[in-house]
Amino acid sequence: MSHTTNKGKINPGRRRLLKGLSALGAAGLMNGFGPAPLWAAAKVKMGFIYVGPRDDYGYNQAHFEGKSAVATLDWVKAVDEENVPETIEVIKTMESMINLDGAQVIFPTSFGYFDPHILKTAPKYPKVMFLHCGGLWDEKKHPKNVGSYFGYIDEPVYLSGVVAGHMSKTGKLGYIAAIPIPQVLRNINSFTLGARSVNPKITTNVVFTGGWANPVKEAEAANSMADQGIDVLTCHVDSPKVVVQTAEKRGIYCCGYHTDQSVLAPKGFLTGAEWNWSKVYIDYAQMIKTGKPIPNLVRGGLKEGIVKSSPYGMTVTAKAKENADAVRKKFMDGSMIVYQGPMKDNTGKMAIPAGTRYSQTDIWLESMNWLVEGVIGTTKS
Amino acid sequence: MNDTGLGFSGVLIAVLGGAVRVGTPFLFVSLGECLTEKSGRINLGLEGNLIMGAMSGYAVAYLSGSPWLGVLVAGTSGMLLGFLHALLCQQQRVNDIAVGIAMMMFGTGLAFYLGKSFIQPVAPRLPAIALGGWSDSAVVRAALDINVLFIIGTLLAVAMAWFFRHAKWGLLLRTVGESRNAALAMGINVHRVRLYATMAGGFLAGVGGSFLSLYYPGSWNEGLSSGQGLMAVALVIFARWNPLYCLYTSLLFGGAAALGPALQSVGVSGGYYLFNAAPYILTLGIMMMTASSQQRCAGMPGELSNV
Repeated sequence: MSHTTNKGKINPGRRRLLKGLSALGAAGLMNGFGPAPLWAAAKVKMGFIYVGPRDDYGYNQAHFEGKSAVATLDWVKAVDEENVPETIEVIKTMESMINLDGAQVIFPTSFGYFDPHILKTAPKYPKVMFLHCGGLWDEKKHPKNVGSYFGYIDEPVYLSGVVAGHMSKTGKLGYIAAIPIPQVLRNINSFTLGARSVNPKITTNVVFTGGWANPVKEAEAANSMADQGIDVLTCHVDSPKVVVQTAEKRGIYCCGYHTDQSVLAPKGFLTGAEWNWSKVYIDYAQMIKTGKPIPNLVRGGLKEGIVKSSPYGMTVTAKAKENADAVRKKFMDGSMIVYQGPMKDNTGKMAIPAGTRYSQTDIWLESMNWLVEGVIGTTKS
Repeated sequence: MNDTGLGFSGVLIAVLGGAVRVGTPFLFVSLGECLTEKSGRINLGLEGNLIMGAMSGYAVAYLSGSPWLGVLVAGTSGMLLGFLHALLCQQQRVNDIAVGIAMMMFGTGLAFYLGKSFIQPVAPRLPAIALGGWSDSAVVRAALDINVLFIIGTLLAVAMAWFFRHAKWGLLLRTVGESRNAALAMGINVHRVRLYATMAGGFLAGVGGSFLSLYYPGSWNEGLSSGQGLMAVALVIFARWNPLYCLYTSLLFGGAAALGPALQSVGVSGGYYLFNAAPYILTLGIMMMTASSQQRCAGMPGELSNV
């Protein structure tokens, strides 16, 4: 995705400079104009905040690509800031986007921005929407101008699992993950279930590295797994670049995550799970433009176009593609149920009793704290 | 056997291989720090040199297509940071530790700023020497893919040990490190010796950084070092300012860092936070065992205590 690298490369100092100016009294002027000044009414103004660098080949880049897509619309003005820590810093960034850039809607994309930072800032600016990526908004507890959006990325991860199941010769898959939180565990389980739908004997080894960005540990984990005869690797860390490159170097297959990493592993890349935030952000922009009310909760998977699969790699067999595409169709028409009983966890306990079915939208799945049978690993630290 | 993996013997291979792979940056930074500290000055800023070296090496390798040119530039960038550190420390009433912390932030910040556009591109990697060609096991071959930089670092450790003991310059350096007054009395230019020692140390740390970005894990991003430069500085203390011990402890640290992921990959999945903390626990343990309230550490340059 090289076209994204230079485009939004705004200088990190710009907003700082503006902040400095505001201290000199500029802010007073701008605020004094009351609700959005006339010249601003023509454009929809959106602010995006990332916790890491825009071009990390991963989570933050996925959001940045979404922002870049919405910024190409000539009736939208989109500003962004990267490397904003989950501290009081994000409040400063949000306020400067509102006061200096006139943002009507703010997208703080990192999990830890929500509580307390968004919750504290939102009541002060009732005309601004704060839309958080992750899904913690609760109608009963939280302000009305706050909302959340998220995608069921475990659907394309399941499809990666199906392809991995077809391609693995040793029947051993590897998952390099950061920390055992529900989102991560759901991805590991879906990947494993996808693979075991092809070959019920397949196992998935999990290595938790203990952090979202720890390249040396990720590389060590990838090497150890290759040593153990694991022949398909995937990961859930902020930047999958190291894992994908190490897998390629060791001559084994890999599945990507967050964005398209196929160029990093031309030989071994199978497919991957990607976010498609451009769709979400353009939808929001259109709602604001046409004056439609913005829903507080936006969710969706493959069907809604919020997530997608990376293109298949060269080595993927026709049979694997056929099977994965068939499952994709079931996700698209809503008939695919991944989590239905009887389903055991990997300690032998019944996780979902027979007869119980959880559709993708079921909120119960968002608190997953177990690993499915066939996963080698534990959720305990 | 190759198809089903190696089980627990795989852990051993992973730890041994990891000792070399993960240990090499530690080796270069600790040798650099050892050299600087022998001259009686602490450079805490080597974390900054490491990151700056990783970034500049990657950038130059990508732009020029030559990873070795990248290594050279990485070293040079580290040397420049070392020069700046030495220059600041020469001023009256300037504390080298405080300057080191400032240099660490400066190097890190500069590397993040300049390195923005190099996160995405893929630079050519440093080649490895396949010492495992005799084995028909892919696992053994992978573990024995040794990078030339590791071999250079090993030879350098031996050479430095000899240099400190036998070379005239080595004795000069140690004199400056042991007693500034004695050195002055001998007519040695203390500032100049420390300047060169800090620059050479900075160069080595920069080269260590290029190993991170150009060989293992082999890409540039902002989380690449995550404190390895700082750990290497601590490592010098219990290596007793001895270059050969720097080599051994670097390998020990590398192996300890590889232990956590290796154990998890064979299914020993409990307590991974504990295993991941192994290098740090090791540091604390050795520090505690060797600490003494009676005397300064054996081998510690005398000038270092005068902070």
